[in-house]
Amino acid sequence: MSEPVSTFQNPAGVWSAAVYDVLKVGGVRLMSFVPDGGHRGLIERAQADPEMRAVTLSTEEEGIAPSAGAWVGGQKSVLLMQSSGVGNCVNMLSLLKTCQIPLLMLVTMRGEWAEFNPWQVPMGQATPAVLGAMGVLVQRSDDPNTLAADVDAGLRLAYSTYSPVAVLLSQKLLGAKAFGGSK
Amino acid sequence: MSGLLQRRRVMEQLLRDRGDMIVTTGLGATAWDLASLSDSALDFPLWGAMGGAAMFGLGLAIAQPQRRVVVFTGDGEALMGLGSFSTIGVVQPRNLSIVVMDNERYGETGSQRTHTASGVDLEGVARACGVVHTVTVTEQDQIEELRTHLHTLDGPLLAVVKVALTPDPMTLPPRDGTFLKNRMRTALLGPRAIFE
Repeated sequence: MSEPVSTFQNPAGVWSAAVYDVLKVGGVRLMSFVPDGGHRGLIERAQADPEMRAVTLSTEEEGIAPSAGAWVGGQKSVLLMQSSGVGNCVNMLSLLKTCQIPLLMLVTMRGEWAEFNPWQVPMGQATPAVLGAMGVLVQRSDDPNTLAADVDAGLRLAYSTYSPVAVLLSQKLLGAKAFGGSK
Repeated sequence: MSGLLQRRRVMEQLLRDRGDMIVTTGLGATAWDLASLSDSALDFPLWGAMGGAAMFGLGLAIAQPQRRVVVFTGDGEALMGLGSFSTIGVVQPRNLSIVVMDNERYGETGSQRTHTASGVDLEGVARACGVVHTVTVTEQDQIEELRTHLHTLDGPLLAVVKVALTPDPMTLPPRDGTFLKNRMRTALLGPRAIFE
């Protein structure tokens, strides 16, 4: 994939098309999310797709249990959030670990590469450790050329091994958010 | 004002002739209540994930649109997931009902008062969130109508049932989550549950 990746200045960038295709081919039919700029393209594709149920959540924690229920009912899902939302999910992740319920989470990272906002740093830096501590398998995607394949690998890992999997979409990949500068 | 209804009698009445209804519960008393009445492949009592019962039911309802899904949970559990009322109000699942057995206490931890004991109105919250059918049940003669609604209404439905604080025997459901998961998936999906 040689197209430019999404950035906060170009939030509906081309990468979301390839990732969305991977999710569709992989059988995902439910996408839950608390919006993040980096996820905008995926969210808009889901909302425009009559075959995909797009559910906006009031907090990220809310997204774990419906994905679990959906899979018990035979449906695959993906949960989108920013790294700050991972902290909201911690106890609810017990459900996935205890019941060996698969789930793919796509986490857009903040608080790392070229971050401007100090308030994003603590949770962003803690995200891999927090996920790992709760039994989520953590993978990281830094390269736009492998992004779709990384998401595909995460989806397969989750649903083939009954595991919760988080693919962290790095801030370098997405582009740092610019504050106070050009729009 | 706490209620006088007997929680297990209410649940027993509501689950009479349940057919192929999926039943899930929050942690604690509603899980013990269900275990005292039923041990079906279509039962999924949660043992944790406090605040997630209604959303677990939402996921089941989305994946199984031809089935009725009923969530039984307590007032403490429901209060921990109030935001989920707003999400359910927006999604509008037609086949999802939530029954809050409201004894106005945290019954598992020493019967401390929950906010409903001070007047917080879970039915009002649900109504304000766009849950289309809501009711507060305080009288025995409302139960049969609620039972019918669990089977027939185009939901979502949220019912608050004001129940007494009672020392019911603790009847434990299976606690292996993988067993509960595989049992229900097999019942719903057949061999696909295991071989897909």
